[in-house]
Amino acid sequence: MRRIISVLLENEPGALSRVVGLFSQRNYNIETLTVAPTEDDTLSRLTVTTTGSDRVIEQITKQLNKLIEVVKLVDLTEGSHIERELMLIKLKASGSQRAEIKRTVDIFRGQIVDVTSTIYTVQLTGDSDKLDAFIQAVGSTGVLEVVRSGVSGIARGEKVLSL
Amino acid sequence: MELLSGADMLIRSLQDEGVEYIYGYPGGAALHIYDALFRQDKVKHILVRHEQAAVHMADGYARASGIPGTVLVTSGPGATNTITGIATAFMDSIPMVILCGQVASTLIGEDAFQETDMIGVSRPVVKHNMSVRHPSEIPEVIRKAYYIAATGRPGPVVVDIPKDMTTPNERYEYAFPKKVKLRSYNPAIRGHAGQIRKSVEMLMAAKRPIIYAGGGVVLGKASKQLTELAHMLGYPVTNTLMGIGGFPASDKQSLGWLGMHGTYESNMAMHHSDLVLAVGARFDDRVTNATEKFCPGARIVHIDIDPASISKTIEADVPIVGPVDAVLKEMISLVKESKEKPDPEALKAWWKQLDEWRAFHGMRYETSDTYIKPQEVIEAIWRITKGDAYVTSDVGQHQMFAAQYYKFDKPNRWINSGGLGTMGFGLPAAMGVKLNYPDSDVVCVTGEGSIQMNIQELSTCKQYDLPVKIVNLNNQALGMVKQWQDMNYESRHSQSYMGSLPDFIKLAEAYGHVGIRIDKKEDLEPKLKEAFAMKDKLVFLDIYVDPSEHVYPMQVARGSMKDMWLSKTERV
Repeated sequence: MRRIISVLLENEPGALSRVVGLFSQRNYNIETLTVAPTEDDTLSRLTVTTTGSDRVIEQITKQLNKLIEVVKLVDLTEGSHIERELMLIKLKASGSQRAEIKRTVDIFRGQIVDVTSTIYTVQLTGDSDKLDAFIQAVGSTGVLEVVRSGVSGIARGEKVLSL
Repeated sequence: MELLSGADMLIRSLQDEGVEYIYGYPGGAALHIYDALFRQDKVKHILVRHEQAAVHMADGYARASGIPGTVLVTSGPGATNTITGIATAFMDSIPMVILCGQVASTLIGEDAFQETDMIGVSRPVVKHNMSVRHPSEIPEVIRKAYYIAATGRPGPVVVDIPKDMTTPNERYEYAFPKKVKLRSYNPAIRGHAGQIRKSVEMLMAAKRPIIYAGGGVVLGKASKQLTELAHMLGYPVTNTLMGIGGFPASDKQSLGWLGMHGTYESNMAMHHSDLVLAVGARFDDRVTNATEKFCPGARIVHIDIDPASISKTIEADVPIVGPVDAVLKEMISLVKESKEKPDPEALKAWWKQLDEWRAFHGMRYETSDTYIKPQEVIEAIWRITKGDAYVTSDVGQHQMFAAQYYKFDKPNRWINSGGLGTMGFGLPAAMGVKLNYPDSDVVCVTGEGSIQMNIQELSTCKQYDLPVKIVNLNNQALGMVKQWQDMNYESRHSQSYMGSLPDFIKLAEAYGHVGIRIDKKEDLEPKLKEAFAMKDKLVFLDIYVDPSEHVYPMQVARGSMKDMWLSKTERV
């Protein structure tokens, strides 16, 4: 099952490589990974999406917790949560395609952020499924480049991951 | 406030940490530190002949004393040579601090001479590692390193020190921090009271209980508590290879150790038990055999300081995260208060069964008129040292024989590379023990394969006068490899024979020690006695043993715990 694990990490050199190293070393799988500083500049927030049986996920969270630089973590998929990913996608858009692509972008509530006579660059946010669905909707032939940020997530309601 | 250079701060921090010996080897990036060492005499340095041996020496000391060992090496090859030693300590949770020189911070990343990314190279095999980024940080980094190494589940900590952090003419205020506070590191100090209560209820209700005690009992200094609890309940105890000595082997409740080469009675008892109390053990694959066939009728209570060890390979019914000594202490007081008592009829029947299993095999082995049996050698050493020696071992058949036939009644006496299985560990580990326990008998049980992996340390033994006894069980082959080839590869002995063995007697003598060859059965006991009587000499005993001997019992691969070979022909 797919999980979103969100980690507060000491904002120190080498801390990220420890997390990444742990995943490869223990044969865990990383689907996406995002990391950036938080409002407290001593802490980074890292979000990793991974898949595995309950047993594997339990080991992943325990092993992450053992890393000295991991301050706190939560498996967001255990409760209700919001998940977002940003995608920038460059599409071939000429002639009659242009109107069609524009319509699809509107349906997905994306934005065209750059235009040339033959190309649209589209920005889209949403959960990963939505981004997948958009790529499918525009068809693979017109896709020139895809950049996805990886998943970020936060718990719904009053639950907060902080010190 | 005193002003000190980074190098002087480092050495002063070691003094303030209470470090007596460091084991190491100098080189360019560490020279400021070596100079600071020279200008004081509180911290003593032992110069090894290969950095790997420095780590094993520190490791041997840590295993015998429970105090972190300290290693000092230079950058590049000095640092990478420590990796096998660090991985050895990591797998067995041994507290240790490894100080590595590094090229100057201004050169890092430029492929400078003797530059290696030691933080990156060591990452998978350390509990933690740190780089010094400013000389003034040194006291705090050192304090932290020892704190992390020794607390919680212990382990090795690497500190990488770029050369410009130790420059002699840059001085900073020195203050050794009294306390360490790490917001992201808080090892458990006691177990969950509710879980402990529940586990005691299960213990009282069990009909066929067994206590399965691991290295955590030794590392957590809990053998007293374990013994007390076991005696109160009257339950059998089996130790893991790492837990040997955590419960006295001569106690009548001891079943010996378990797993791949464990006793018949231990493996049978585990398989047929209805309750396993796992104390500081990690259900290693060399214990469980096939996990899906493991202890089919047992519920599992698992105590461990490391939450990640619990339910990793075997699901625990009652997990208890905490230091084993504190948890056992609470269990003892609950057992004392409890109105419930173990069912005496069930326990009697269980012991009847256990005694039958014990009598069935009883660690018998075939003796021979022509050959000295390796088992006999270990039994003789046990008699001669009155069961009170520190015994280190290398890895292979001799390691198993030593663990099987030397009856350890005290913790911290059996010193071996259980997790990583590092050949070359035994001699330097013995040296680390002997240096710190000069009045005790220290024996290194080894084989002619393993001993050659760190034999250069005979030179260090001469320099520092370390009269260990080396017992080389010479079967002229890599015995364990050969045994597996006999059993699984129709005796095709691919690369397991070692031709051109050196004359170990002459070799020992060349290094200034005593060498004794034993190849006749009748010479065994008298010559061993003669060797052990030479208290101030390192004696290398080259003992020719039966080259065809196998280690038994041996679990059948992918079977349950009860599936074992008991000899070359008997399988149960």
